[in-house]
Amino acid sequence: MTKAEEEFQAKIDRDIKIEPKDWMPDAYRKTLVRQMSQHAHSEIVGMLPEGNWITRAPSLRRKVALLAKVQDEAGHGLYLYSAVETLGTDREQTIDDMHSGKAKYSSIFNYPTLSWADMGAVGWLVDGAAIVNQVALQRTSYGPYSRAMVKICKEESFHQRQGYELLIHMCNGTKEQKEMAQDALNRFWWPSLMMFGPSDTDSPNTAQSMAWRVKRYTNDDLRQQFIDMTVPQADFLGLTIPDPDLKLNKETGHYEYGEIDWDEFFNVVNGNGPCNKERVSARANSKKNGLWVREAATAYAEKQRIKKKVA
Amino acid sequence: MTNGNWPLWEVFIRSRQGLNHKHVGSLRAADQEMAIENARDVYTRRSEGVSIWVVLSANVHASNPSDKGPMFDPAEDKVYRHPTFYDIPDEIGHM
Repeated sequence: MTKAEEEFQAKIDRDIKIEPKDWMPDAYRKTLVRQMSQHAHSEIVGMLPEGNWITRAPSLRRKVALLAKVQDEAGHGLYLYSAVETLGTDREQTIDDMHSGKAKYSSIFNYPTLSWADMGAVGWLVDGAAIVNQVALQRTSYGPYSRAMVKICKEESFHQRQGYELLIHMCNGTKEQKEMAQDALNRFWWPSLMMFGPSDTDSPNTAQSMAWRVKRYTNDDLRQQFIDMTVPQADFLGLTIPDPDLKLNKETGHYEYGEIDWDEFFNVVNGNGPCNKERVSARANSKKNGLWVREAATAYAEKQRIKKKVA
Repeated sequence: MTNGNWPLWEVFIRSRQGLNHKHVGSLRAADQEMAIENARDVYTRRSEGVSIWVVLSANVHASNPSDKGPMFDPAEDKVYRHPTFYDIPDEIGHM
């Protein structure tokens, strides 16, 4: 270790946050760019499966909730893109890296949202899993990332609540509505568990990320926390979690769960999920089709600047 | 325009009357009006502010982290700048 590296690690060990202009090892910077940009892309792509249902929300109450949630996600993507930029990256390049497939986003958004009950399942499970992850990341060692997480956590609590509330209503509704809710849980349960990433034994970056305090808990720890929180919530709804091996271990107080299908996980991460192509092309097209708007705004700003100068 | 990068702005929000504007983050916008409108949408969706400042990031000049020692250490050994350095008898009470 060089002296700079030693000083850096000593700061981390004392829980002193790293700020943009502080010296940091290249690998730390690279890890942050990868993790934070992936997080930003997830917020942005995450708008698509829910945006899909805004026009078909069954009531005005549900519609304003969904609109507000999707709008928040755009904001959260922006906080994170801004935070990534503090590491010296070019924002448009960061975005293009997702469109070219070089950068990833959370695999959960490559699953389709087929029924209205999916809006409940996404809020309850997907946002629930994201919150577990993000609450832990509030204490991450990089200042701008940590601050973005604090802001996001503050705003995101309603995302999960509105989804769960929606499911309570469906589960107290007709038989068909309850079946829709069960079907949504069946489809979203396992992909939600996969959101925490590969198992610790198969996660090559975890040890270094923990040493740098970029991550504060391992993937498996967070996954367990999410399961322990969620099972009683499913019981309350009267829904069955689609895992025959799920059972409470009375000694540890934790739920034991069945084997996750990691082949499916890696298959979706590698671009072969049900919606990968659709999601990426929706984002790339949106950038391409909006170019003239951005150019017009730039031209207008320039014209105003000249006008002011002359006056 | 190759990649369509708008300039970067730093955003400062006064959360309520009587408090100072505080840095909350940054965003990109074509001009100052758009920067303020975007800041409203991005940083005050839940009534977090009553006033917004935006400043072109390029216009922010910052101290260098590697100068932290020479810049800020001199204040550390000047305990006589603090009230507790001075002994006042108890019978005087609060001063």
